[in-house]
Amino acid sequence: MNLHEYQAKALFREYGIPVPAGQAAASVPEAAQAARALGGDSWIVKAQVHAGGRGKAGGVKKVTGVTEVETAAKALLGTRLVTHQTTSQGQPINQVLIETPSGIARELYLACLIDRALERVVFIGSSAGGMDIEEIAAKSPEKILKAACDPIAGLQAYQCRELGFALGLVDKQIAALTRIMLSLFHMFNARDLSLVEINPLVVTGAGELIALDAKVQVDDSALYRQPALAELRDDTQDDPKERAAREHDLNYVALDGTIGCMVNGAGLAMATMDLIKLQGGQPANFLDVGGGATAERVAEAFKIILADPKVKAILVNIFGGIVRCDLIADGIIKAVQEVHVAVPVVVRLEGTNVEQGRERLKASGLKITSAMSLTEGAKQVVVAASGKAA
Amino acid sequence: MSVLVNKRTKVICQGFTGKQGTFHSEQAIAYGTRMVGGVTPGKGGQTHLGLPVFNTVRDAVAATGADASMIYVPAAFAADSIMEAAAAGIRVIACITEGIPVRDMRRVKNALRQYYPQVSLIGPNCPGIITPGECKIGIMPGFIHQPGKIGIVSRSGTLTYEAVYQTTHEGLGQSTCIGIGGDPIQGLNFVDCLTLFQSDPQTEGIVLVGEIGGQAEEDAAAFIQSHVSKPVVAYIAGVTAPKGKRMGHAGAVIAGGKGTAEEKYRALEVAGVHTVRSPAEIGRRMREVLGT
Repeated sequence: MNLHEYQAKALFREYGIPVPAGQAAASVPEAAQAARALGGDSWIVKAQVHAGGRGKAGGVKKVTGVTEVETAAKALLGTRLVTHQTTSQGQPINQVLIETPSGIARELYLACLIDRALERVVFIGSSAGGMDIEEIAAKSPEKILKAACDPIAGLQAYQCRELGFALGLVDKQIAALTRIMLSLFHMFNARDLSLVEINPLVVTGAGELIALDAKVQVDDSALYRQPALAELRDDTQDDPKERAAREHDLNYVALDGTIGCMVNGAGLAMATMDLIKLQGGQPANFLDVGGGATAERVAEAFKIILADPKVKAILVNIFGGIVRCDLIADGIIKAVQEVHVAVPVVVRLEGTNVEQGRERLKASGLKITSAMSLTEGAKQVVVAASGKAA
Repeated sequence: MSVLVNKRTKVICQGFTGKQGTFHSEQAIAYGTRMVGGVTPGKGGQTHLGLPVFNTVRDAVAATGADASMIYVPAAFAADSIMEAAAAGIRVIACITEGIPVRDMRRVKNALRQYYPQVSLIGPNCPGIITPGECKIGIMPGFIHQPGKIGIVSRSGTLTYEAVYQTTHEGLGQSTCIGIGGDPIQGLNFVDCLTLFQSDPQTEGIVLVGEIGGQAEEDAAAFIQSHVSKPVVAYIAGVTAPKGKRMGHAGAVIAGGKGTAEEKYRALEVAGVHTVRSPAEIGRRMREVLGT
């Protein structure tokens, strides 16, 4: 789960990690009030969305005077921000963060995350802050520094000093970086985070280190024991179909094609999409109905798939292992009737009681085609979606 | 022969009297697995499915000599269950549970490496392990398997069944099938399983089913090139998958830009692996490669 910048910075404050003075605002008057409360005569107004690349997309504005704060907040709030990380629809801006500007002498990059191969928490640092880190990794990998934390001893102060000197920090800045990294490490573990990214971590004119931006990702599996973080979820940042899917415990990702897919298991769902592509079609979605493909879940899955007007045909691919195919067939029939599915449906069933399952689909009198194999199912659905007679 | 489990393996179930534990223990017993009991704290002394229930894994091992365990406890308690099994001397631990916090698995994995190097942890978030006709530990449908000569290792559940079904259909059968699971931090990985299959005389060919993300397939490819002489057929799911909506970029930095299906295919092909682009071709390709 992703946090907004203002939420991430509140978390940073809790752990003593320095951030600029700032306040979030959900309306123009609130923004003006925030600016007045912060004091001074210039501020940064930052759109709060779950996506990077906000600066280039016009989501970060430097303003002088409260009137300009109001103008900037008015221009951003209630609109959608399109960045290189979002879809063409962009993400809705429901809050802006008003911050006191920081004098910037240098921009660094600092991240804390889990290295899957090492199975450890690692820190990534770079002197090339403020830039796209993937670009730095590709163009000048020597500028990417890494420190892995021992699973038992944890992050050591010497590792922070090593990183600090390598980043060209001097004097008190070394101790400041050490404090930031040790606090980050503590926060990362205590709050079950999966990623913290500070880009940039700035050295101010006065030589202080401040986290100018903050991205925090929380481990979804641990939200049950992080109630304070779970409350920070912002559903407005998700695709509405993906949100509906999550409410029904379905795993759905919207795509651009015309063939709806309903599959049990994430791997098989991806494989089904690949096969549709191999047969010349384009999948409209990824959808994993999970192990228990009950009638209710199948019905919900149909509703979510059909909420996408681009869908011209649906391929259901279920490998019935523990769940019997005849029961799955009943579920599909019930769902197709209930949801009034009008587009052609191709069903590939395999597993326990597959013959009975296919017979039931045939006897239903509905517009359902039974495929005898995986490849055949993909072929049939591609033909059906193209509008030619199957 | 087979790998890790066979008809002599004595299996217990942790979370034995729960809904999942009960259902899959029944299935395992029906399949002929040598189930010797189960563990549910507080229900020790009872009998469930005709088998003894113990309060602790230590009690279960002392009374039955169990050497394998399958875990069906809720995610919040699963890490503890893995540690309990390891401490009690269980050799093969299959953790089916999905959604274990990554921090818990980091802790468990490092402890296993330090103190219990002899333990083979399968999963979590996986279908388990099966040696057809001998021992089923997990949630896979037993009937699609057939004793035979193909070792199958997969990151995905239902896609494993697809590979199993096809190799059965082609008359090849399976020596052992291992679902290693899809979590960021897991027990056995591809290289561990390839090592086991390479040294198992019953295994004549290996099917590797991978997915996008991480670099486990690239590591497997490097290992195959230098250490595996048996033919390997591989399929990677996710050629069409869109790049995830990641908020952070750093994960991709660590993997050195690896992770796409195409990159994985390329690495495997360089290593001499027989790759298939369609998940429906796994079985047929293996039959062709073996020349049977």
